[in-house]
Amino acid sequence: MSERWRTTKPEGAMTMHARHLRARLKGWGGVGAMAAACALAVVFALAVTCTGSVASQAGAQPAGHRTAKALTVDARAADDCEAPEKQTLSPSRADGPAITAIKNRPGEKRKLVVGVDQNSFRWGYRDPNGGESGRLEGFDIDLVHRIAEDILGDPDAVQFKAIPTDQRIPAIQDGRVDLVVRTMTINCSRLKDVAFSAPYFKTGQQVLAPKSSPIEGYDETLAHRKVCTAKGSTAYAKLEEDRRSGDLPASTDISTTVPNQLDCLVRLQLGEVDAVVNDGALAASQAAQDPTVELKGEAFTTEYYGVAMKKDADDLVRRVNQILVDFRQDTATGWQASYTKWLSATLDDDPSASRPPAPEYLRRS
Amino acid sequence: MTHTPDTGAPPTLPAIPPQPSSSTPPGTSTARPPAPASPPTPPTRRRTAFAEGVDQLRHAATTEPGRLRVIGAVLAALVVAFGAVTAWQMTERAAAADAVLTSSQPLTSDAADIYRSLADANTAASSGFLAGGQESAATRDRYERDIATAAAKLVNAAANAAPGSPSTRTITKLNRLLPEYKGLVERARTYNRQGYPVGGAYLRYANEKMQQEMLPAAQDLYTKENERLRADYADATPYPWPAIALGLATLAALAWVQRRTYLRTNRVLNHGLVAATTATTVVLLWLTAGHALARSHLDDSYDHGVRSLAVLHDARIASLKARGNENLTLVARGAETVKVGDETLDAYDHDFTRDIGALAKGLAHARRLADDDTGAKPVTAAVGSMTEWKKRHAAAREQDENGNYQQALDMVIGAKGATGECFDAVDRNLATALKHEEAEFVTAAGDGRDALTGLPTGAAVLAVLGATGAVLGIGRRLSEYR
Repeated sequence: MSERWRTTKPEGAMTMHARHLRARLKGWGGVGAMAAACALAVVFALAVTCTGSVASQAGAQPAGHRTAKALTVDARAADDCEAPEKQTLSPSRADGPAITAIKNRPGEKRKLVVGVDQNSFRWGYRDPNGGESGRLEGFDIDLVHRIAEDILGDPDAVQFKAIPTDQRIPAIQDGRVDLVVRTMTINCSRLKDVAFSAPYFKTGQQVLAPKSSPIEGYDETLAHRKVCTAKGSTAYAKLEEDRRSGDLPASTDISTTVPNQLDCLVRLQLGEVDAVVNDGALAASQAAQDPTVELKGEAFTTEYYGVAMKKDADDLVRRVNQILVDFRQDTATGWQASYTKWLSATLDDDPSASRPPAPEYLRRS
Repeated sequence: MTHTPDTGAPPTLPAIPPQPSSSTPPGTSTARPPAPASPPTPPTRRRTAFAEGVDQLRHAATTEPGRLRVIGAVLAALVVAFGAVTAWQMTERAAAADAVLTSSQPLTSDAADIYRSLADANTAASSGFLAGGQESAATRDRYERDIATAAAKLVNAAANAAPGSPSTRTITKLNRLLPEYKGLVERARTYNRQGYPVGGAYLRYANEKMQQEMLPAAQDLYTKENERLRADYADATPYPWPAIALGLATLAALAWVQRRTYLRTNRVLNHGLVAATTATTVVLLWLTAGHALARSHLDDSYDHGVRSLAVLHDARIASLKARGNENLTLVARGAETVKVGDETLDAYDHDFTRDIGALAKGLAHARRLADDDTGAKPVTAAVGSMTEWKKRHAAAREQDENGNYQQALDMVIGAKGATGECFDAVDRNLATALKHEEAEFVTAAGDGRDALTGLPTGAAVLAVLGATGAVLGIGRRLSEYR
């Protein structure tokens, strides 16, 4: 879903997209023209009322069709959601109501309540053979401890809550957690429900399948195959959209969804599905647990992980962004150290592909 | 074939020349004394055998020997019928009582054990997960023992279920799922040992299979076996009204015949008829007393055995469920929530509260049903452990709510002072109580079944004797007409 709204698309993809659209327009004939006309009217209306950025997109016809599609398929995203990873507030250390409320928790409860995963190998997981059996660890967990230390002065002043993929947003909205640090992709539809920090990791969707499988990547080799995704994940949204648009073979069975991405590896090992689609960073963690599976093909999306918070917790968002600035700059115990410790073994020794771009803070309110 | 010399009727043979049948009772002529007066009317045509038979009977009923013969036949038939119906009805009840004792109750217990073993195995597995890769020997033994018990009881249940019945299908399903489940748990263990979190994912999958497929199937089996048990009770305990009614009718008939004999002959006792009366009375008394006794024992075995057992089984299952949910609360770590009113609660902890409530209710009920000290003592002990469990659970929850996960974990699966100790104590005491109630059941139901021992055979033998007595008694009277 996020892909459609990204401006940084390669040129080739753009022209292909346009060609595809023209073909569709021709096919739709009069109906398409009418829709385009209607859409044009909407575009002009939007151009007048909103910022005008949509109208500034070159070419009246493609833009018109594009808006028509947006209106029918996903009317919610009709505003200017461009580059969701930049829709965050500028960093600040100032305490506000959200941070004060956390600090004012009495006694034992003076802890940061964080939604994490306990199943993502090297991101947020329990080492079954670790000394303390209940201890969570991983890249995400390092970041959580850092945030807790910064806000409450104690890296261990954290209450971890394990949250299934599709419960991340409700958990924030219901106030069950202060923040979610759980390999969560920043995208437009989620931005409607929660606020995100600046990105702290870059990844993209990838296909995971047995080494012996004829599946070669995110392409027609997935025809007549069963693909597993986590319920409520960006991977599922992408598969659903692509299957509808024809970019994924219609015969691909995407009905298997599980509460947690790791459950997909179980299904794959048991032969209940043929492939798993997941963020590359997590897919690599799965591959690390089973030497007979591997990543197939290149990443076919670009996604950024962010820390998710309540939509109105502005001070917390700014504070976390400030912490992230420090986290990236700190070479001794910061981003680089955590990457080396947890992820260099499963991803790549060279972290450049995973390092997020320099943050931009476009959100104004 | 017998002659009737003392009726003073005119010689009959020449009177009815056209009837060649020698079997014609000679007494027929007595029915129509004016026979010679009417000129012999030649028979117009031959009559049917049936009509002739009816005629003969009608004629027979008009003479005393004929009447006696009819009475003798009816008496013998009544006594034999009474014996047969008694034997038949009591065989049915004895078989049902035997089924209660030797098949349907044990199978109900087996089904409860299957459920319990499966739930316990799953709880042990989740405890193992909470403990990490270094699963304790005790947990592992417990898991293996549970699986072995479930497998053995399933074989037993399969052997006793009727082919093609719903129970058989359920057992087949469980037999298929059990190795699947075990396979998932073994994979989980292997991955846990290697330190990979996918082990936890396998355990979740195994747990899902257990919760969504296996335990409902086991519950279903338990319900079906319970129905069968109730059906067997229903077959064993109703009063054998047809037999009793027939017995009373037989006695009345015998009394009437003896009174008739007395009025006609002034003789008080006819040995044969007295023997028949005695035999019938014995059978009737035996029937009512034996059945009443069996019924009272069986009712007793139901009230103090089956009902107590069911309540105890339910309580034990509730305690298991509570323990499972207590573990899952920590395994899931806040992943699942439910909304109750305006409050968002941890789903597993919410279920725990429900299960421990069911346990408290079950234990209170069991204590009311316990009819002796030996039965009440373990239940009282279980109540004590449950109270302590609740207290410790609340403390553990508080630690978890405060974010002290490790402390909470230690308070639930730790070695000393953990809620696990309380659960074990509850489970152990309930097992003791179950054993006691089971013994009570076996005694009562055994007494019930034994009260019917020999009744069908005895009734049959006595009925034959009684019938013989009746026939002989009537024969004695008949011989007086020779």
